[in-house]
Amino acid sequence: MSAPYAKLPAWADYGLIPVINLAVAFVVAGFVVLLVGENPFRAAAVLVEGAFGRGQGIAFTLFYATTFIFSGLSVAVAAHCGLFNIGGEGQGYIAGLGIGVVCLAFDSVLPWWLTFPLAIIAAAAMGALWALIPAYLQAKRGSHIVITTIMFNFIAASVMVYALVGFLKPANSMAPQTRTFLEGAQLPKLNWVIELFGAKIRSAPFNISFLLALAMAFLVWVLIWRTRLGYEMRTYGHSSKAARYAGISEARIIIIAMMISGALAGMMALNPTMGDQHNVALEFVSGAGFVGIAVALMGRLHPVGIVLAAILFGMLYQGGAELAFEMPAISRDMIVIIQGLVILFAGALEHMFRPYVQALFASLSPRSVGMEAIKGKGA
Amino acid sequence: MDMFNAIIQVLDSTIRLSVPLLLACLAGLYSERAGIFDIGLEGKMLVGAFAGAAAASVFHSAFIGLGMAILISVAFALVHGFASITHRGNQIVSGVAINFIAAGSTIMLGQAWFQQGGRTPALAPDERFGAIIWPGADALRGVPILGPIYSELISGHSVLVYVAFLAVPFTWWVLFRTRFGLRMRAVGENPAAVDTAGISVAWLRYRALICTGVLTGIAGAYLSMVQNGGFVKDMTAGKGYIALAALIFAKWKPVNAMFACLLFGFLDALSIRLQGTPLPLIGKVPVQLMQALPYILTVILLAGFIGKAIPPRAGGVPYVKER
Repeated sequence: MSAPYAKLPAWADYGLIPVINLAVAFVVAGFVVLLVGENPFRAAAVLVEGAFGRGQGIAFTLFYATTFIFSGLSVAVAAHCGLFNIGGEGQGYIAGLGIGVVCLAFDSVLPWWLTFPLAIIAAAAMGALWALIPAYLQAKRGSHIVITTIMFNFIAASVMVYALVGFLKPANSMAPQTRTFLEGAQLPKLNWVIELFGAKIRSAPFNISFLLALAMAFLVWVLIWRTRLGYEMRTYGHSSKAARYAGISEARIIIIAMMISGALAGMMALNPTMGDQHNVALEFVSGAGFVGIAVALMGRLHPVGIVLAAILFGMLYQGGAELAFEMPAISRDMIVIIQGLVILFAGALEHMFRPYVQALFASLSPRSVGMEAIKGKGA
Repeated sequence: MDMFNAIIQVLDSTIRLSVPLLLACLAGLYSERAGIFDIGLEGKMLVGAFAGAAAASVFHSAFIGLGMAILISVAFALVHGFASITHRGNQIVSGVAINFIAAGSTIMLGQAWFQQGGRTPALAPDERFGAIIWPGADALRGVPILGPIYSELISGHSVLVYVAFLAVPFTWWVLFRTRFGLRMRAVGENPAAVDTAGISVAWLRYRALICTGVLTGIAGAYLSMVQNGGFVKDMTAGKGYIALAALIFAKWKPVNAMFACLLFGFLDALSIRLQGTPLPLIGKVPVQLMQALPYILTVILLAGFIGKAIPPRAGGVPYVKER
């Protein structure tokens, strides 16, 4: 048996093929825009203009990107270990419980720079805990991680409704959300960074958790490619048999990888709660956990790719809002379609164009695809 | 008598609520038995619901609506097949993608075509599947015990309800008494053996996915054209995932699937009925607990605490011919 696909030069593998896949996803999205009777080129122009045209747009783009970096990293860490954590949504949602409790308890006594670390720990712990149970069940009882994490998304939703209605909301309020956090639990904005470049920002929720996201991206890179644990995770992800043969404990590596993944998913709750709304409300995650799947796939599971993909999706979210405003026929749900198409073409169909690219490379320079030796032998 | 009527009402809504689950669950059964994981049930139901309601309101015919629902749903199933069979992509990723595309496109097209905030126009009675009153249902209503059971529970549902429950023995027959069923089960357990026997693994799996598409289409049509008089955005609300849970709960068997769906439907009906009223012995049960119960039960089952749920062996693995 030969490997299913011959090797391509790294730049084609990590640059060209994702770009082709992405381009196809956007072309199909363009057809959807045509279907509702709008001009796809004008739509794209409005979208980019809305996301990067003004300082305000850039700040919002980076605000959305912050959440997606966390959720993308979460999916990627699990994926390196061969696990599909589809439960980022629930892990992020349940982290809101930890954040809510910490913020409500300390926002009147501590300054933000003391509340923030506590909230980070609470969010990461809740997210990790919510990933621990499916991980344990996968490792010890053999239940399928995808199914259990989906189930835990729904259970998280029920728990959060119960918690918000039951004890997190103020006694005299009907709305199922916590009271507004005081200053001690409001994260400082980073808008001034963009204003340094001369842009004007009225108000945007771009905040300090963006820096935390970048730090986490770096730490994930260190973890995956520079530590023993990361090596074990990747080994297990490539071949669980080889990992077992090398003496890596299966249960341990699954549980650790899932808890790290859950903790990262939990941290994504910091941005919308402490950074923007200053409360914990129903459905505050609003699908960001699932966006992480698209982001991780598009970023090829590498932190640098994930940060770039997260910014692209931030752009889609921000630009999509502008687009819905400019073109009434296109609602914000266009982003959801694009997300789906990206997942389809960059994820499930990632190898669709590979044979053609390979054929192209082989005809241009056989050496670049390692075809020299087998050339002319019907490989 | 009040108690009895209450029970009848709960059971009646149990049937109504479990029908979409049952159809989606059987749909999942076809694809998973053939070795294709399908978390895209939710999305396929959603596009079915939208296509059904949209076509019914445009063409003023319930049957054109149903046909359209099935057609679009099958088209989505084929996309799943194209990604996961032809291109051997990750089946779960593909399913997630389908759910996203369905969720976004139904709202966006609905808004663009009908301008009602993602809804389709309310369907007139003749554009929906009305209730079928069985002979003598009205006459027998007065008879104690049996009367209400016959006239409320058995009679008075739409044709799709009966289709759903007839699909259970039919699926059993297909799966365990036909050549196609045998091969389909084989392809889910050991595709290499099927391939060796000279049968196309891909074509078999595609056919299973077409069955899935047909059933999710009917499930969607039921949601938007029977249960509700039109499409509302995100109207599947996780039913596709509950169906998936039911499928695992049923250990991939059709008759078990029916009971699992009835159980989950019953839990749903009960939680609606009991909202806020305390139960004897247990006291007040939070609604959220009732809503989460199907998921919790599935997790417990998957963990192997109530019997063992063993999925088809080749599930989720793309088939690669020996090279």
